[in-house]
Parts: sequence; C-alpha cells; structure tokens
Amino acid sequence: MQVLIPAALQSYTRAARVAATGDSLDAMFADLEQRYPGLRFRVVDERGLLRPNMRIFVNGLGVRELRHALQPEDAVAIVLALSGG
Amino acid sequence: MRRTAPPASPASSSSSSRRKAATRLVLLVATRKGAWLFHGDARRKTWTADGPHFLGHTISHLQLDPRDGRTLLAAAKTGHLGPTIFRSTNLGRSWKEAQRPPAFAQASGGMPGRAVDHVFWLTPGHASEPGSWYAGTSPQGLFRSEDGGVSWLPLPAVNDNPQLREWMGSVQDGTPDGPKLHSVIVDPRDAKHLYFAMSGGGVHESRDGGASWSTLIQGLEVVEGFDPGTVTFHDPHCVRLCPAMPDRLYQQNHCGIYRLDRNGNPAGEVWQRIGRKMPKRVGDIGFPMVVHPRDADTAWVFPMDGTTVWPRTSPAGRPAAYVTRNAGKSWQRLDQGLPESQAWWTVKRQAMTADALATPALYLGTTSGELWIGRDEGASWSNIARHLPEIYAVEVAELGA
Repeated sequence: MQVLIPAALQSYTRAARVAATGDSLDAMFADLEQRYPGLRFRVVDERGLLRPNMRIFVNGLGVRELRHALQPEDAVAIVLALSGG
Repeated sequence: MRRTAPPASPASSSSSSRRKAATRLVLLVATRKGAWLFHGDARRKTWTADGPHFLGHTISHLQLDPRDGRTLLAAAKTGHLGPTIFRSTNLGRSWKEAQRPPAFAQASGGMPGRAVDHVFWLTPGHASEPGSWYAGTSPQGLFRSEDGGVSWLPLPAVNDNPQLREWMGSVQDGTPDGPKLHSVIVDPRDAKHLYFAMSGGGVHESRDGGASWSTLIQGLEVVEGFDPGTVTFHDPHCVRLCPAMPDRLYQQNHCGIYRLDRNGNPAGEVWQRIGRKMPKRVGDIGFPMVVHPRDADTAWVFPMDGTTVWPRTSPAGRPAAYVTRNAGKSWQRLDQGLPESQAWWTVKRQAMTADALATPALYLGTTSGELWIGRDEGASWSNIARHLPEIYAVEVAELGA
C-alpha cells in the first residue's frame, strides 16, 4: 500500500509518500520501522497505542486500532491531528 | 562558616588560573521551540548564538557530557510526535537520534501501562562510568543508558515499584505540564549513590545503583491541611548536591527552601526550612536551586509568586535572585541590572545555573525567552539574548582551551 507521510516525519522517510507492506496497521508500522528506524515510536507509544495527537486514515476513513486489517491496494495517511490550532 | 573545597588537582594556582582563563564556556539553552548554544569568549563578555537546532521541537533539557566534553544530548518531542533523544558528538553540527529512546516496560503486576510523554531531565553518570546517563521523564520514570545515550533501559525498581507508583499518582495528579521525575543526582564519591525527586512524590535515595530506594522527606512541609506523612503530597521542585560537600543538599520545594546535612543517622536527617529567613513579602517559593561549585555555604534561588492561584511570576513583577552565604541563615537580594518593575516572567527549575570559574557567574533563562548572566556570583545582571521562545533549561559547560 501507499502511505502518506506528514512533513513532521519526513526527516525519517525523506519522502512524502512511501510504499509499505503488511496485513494490518501494526504490520505496516513494523515494515516502516525496519526501513526508517525510529519512526514508529514517534507515532505509536510503548503500549501499542496511537499517540494522542496522531490520526490514521485508511482510504479516507479514520482508524485508531492498529490491528485494523489492510489490503495491498489501500491508501494509508498518517496525519497530525488538528489539536488546538 | 564558609566551607571551601580543596583544589581539584595538585596543579599550582598560577597554572590553574591560566587554565581557567583559557576556558571557554557554552550555554546550552533548551526552549519550547528548539535549542540554542551560546558560545562565550574567554572573559564571558560576548556570546555568539548557534541555533535554532530542532526549530519547533520542544526541548526539555540539553546536556554536555563533562567526561568526554563532546557528547551532547537533547531531550525532544513535538506537539504531535512522541518523545526521543538526539545525540551530537560535534557540538550540534550534526545530530543522530537515539536507537532506543526511553520507553516504559510493558505493564505488569496489575498496574496500568504507561507511555513516556517527554523526557524531562538528563544527568550524566558518574565519572568512573563513561557513557552512563540517567533520564527522568513525565509521567515519572527513571531510565539509564550505558552507551552514551544511544539506548535506554527503564529502572524497574522505580518505574514498576508499586509503592513509588502510588506516590507518583496518575498523569492528572501532576504539575500543569505533566508530573515530573527530576533532580537525578549522582554522588561524586560513589557511583551507586543516587538521588531523584518527583513533582509530586518526594525525594528518594539509592545506595545500590538504583536497585532499591528509600525516602528522604523528614522535615519537609506540604500544603496546609495535608498530611506530611503522605509522600504523595510532597512536591520538591529542584534538589542540588554541593560538590564541595556532597553530604549537603539544598532544595527548592513547592513549600519552601530547605537544606539537608547528611550525618549518617537516619533519625537525625531532617530537612531544615532555611527559606524562613527570606523576606516575607517575597516568600520562599520558586523553582530553581543553584549551588556554588566550591563553597557549600553559598546557594542561590529565584523566588516566584506562589500565592493564591499560583501566578508563577516574579513577586510583584520585580524579578531577583537571592543568595545565602551562610547555608541559609540569611539571604541577600541580587537584582542589579534586572528589570525594576512590570517584569512578569519567572525561571523554571532547570533554567538557572552557575559556572565553575574562579569567580562564578550565574545564568538564567526566563519564561519570556530572555537569557541573562549574573556576573560576580549574581551581583550584576546583564542580558545575553531576548526574544527566544519560553526557556525550559539552561546549562553551562566548559569547552577547554
């Protein structure tokens, strides 16, 4: 799947869009972490929860559960939440 | 009584003076919106800004390793991204992220799992343990690195200790920016002898390198009406150990200024509220506590308004440091050069320090983004920089000749 990377995380990926694999969001982040070490922890905390000001959209729908299943053709967006302006 | 430490080395005083004269200082300034380094000349007259580093990142603390003089650690997060630590070994020309930043272990023993919100405090380890560092976090946790800050492991005797967890409370019980573990202190005589403090949650000591901890709160007061026997209610803001006399600690607390002289007898180890001698109109509330590098009777504070709703501003809008030169028996106001009125800033707990030159200077960063030097041990203040973001921490490091 294609993953849209916010500007705040492009210091890891050096790109606004990257390809990733995985049958769930959790697996997708594991794949991203392998290639861009450190990225996952900035988005997902040590309890496996999405950090409070991060949002994930899959094909335009907001998702918070990292066990959410993914298909190869899905479009995933990591978004910095609009929290307070 | 004035307690003065012996010279650190057998070098003659003239060679020591030459060494000190050639010493260059760098101020490490951590702010809500990035980090700056201010390089001083040999006379501490002019300062050259290097920054911003990490513009837009919240930097809680910036520390240079005094053991190698080159490893610089920055505790960082952003408004959205999780916490991490960046490392530089060339004074900030390039930075690399820690491979394993501080993170709590998985929940165990029925206690709820926690996530580090930000690394708040960085302390280099003992001189005999190169590469060792400690980090205090919010919510409260203590972490150690043994590889110069590349990877960090939690100390389970703190982070997973049911008693300490009870005293820490929850995230909602902490200070406005989150509950803090701070003032991580390593006894210069013994790498295994450690202290830390928690806002709130008291002062704690280990003599076995962090495997077990005991509480040091005798004599400390709490907010009126609460039970001082309950550790949760104790809110130390900043604790410092005197390098000249490591059995002496000074503390700025939510409820006053204290001194503790360790005498080896637990029953006799009682914090003395030395802030009672501060002027009543100023009070003895504040955040930073600064000790003299060689004189254990000299210490500085920077009071703030802690009345009613806790404005956290300079009392009456007139900022001033106060110094004691007799271990707290009396205090003198040091405000020459500081604004005389309508200055409503204050100084956070890591944002005031002293250098170790022959006549130390003080340095402080304000909540309004001003950086000040207090020459001659704070006798005369002048501004180094203004218009920076809110300053969270100021450290001073020697770069050598």
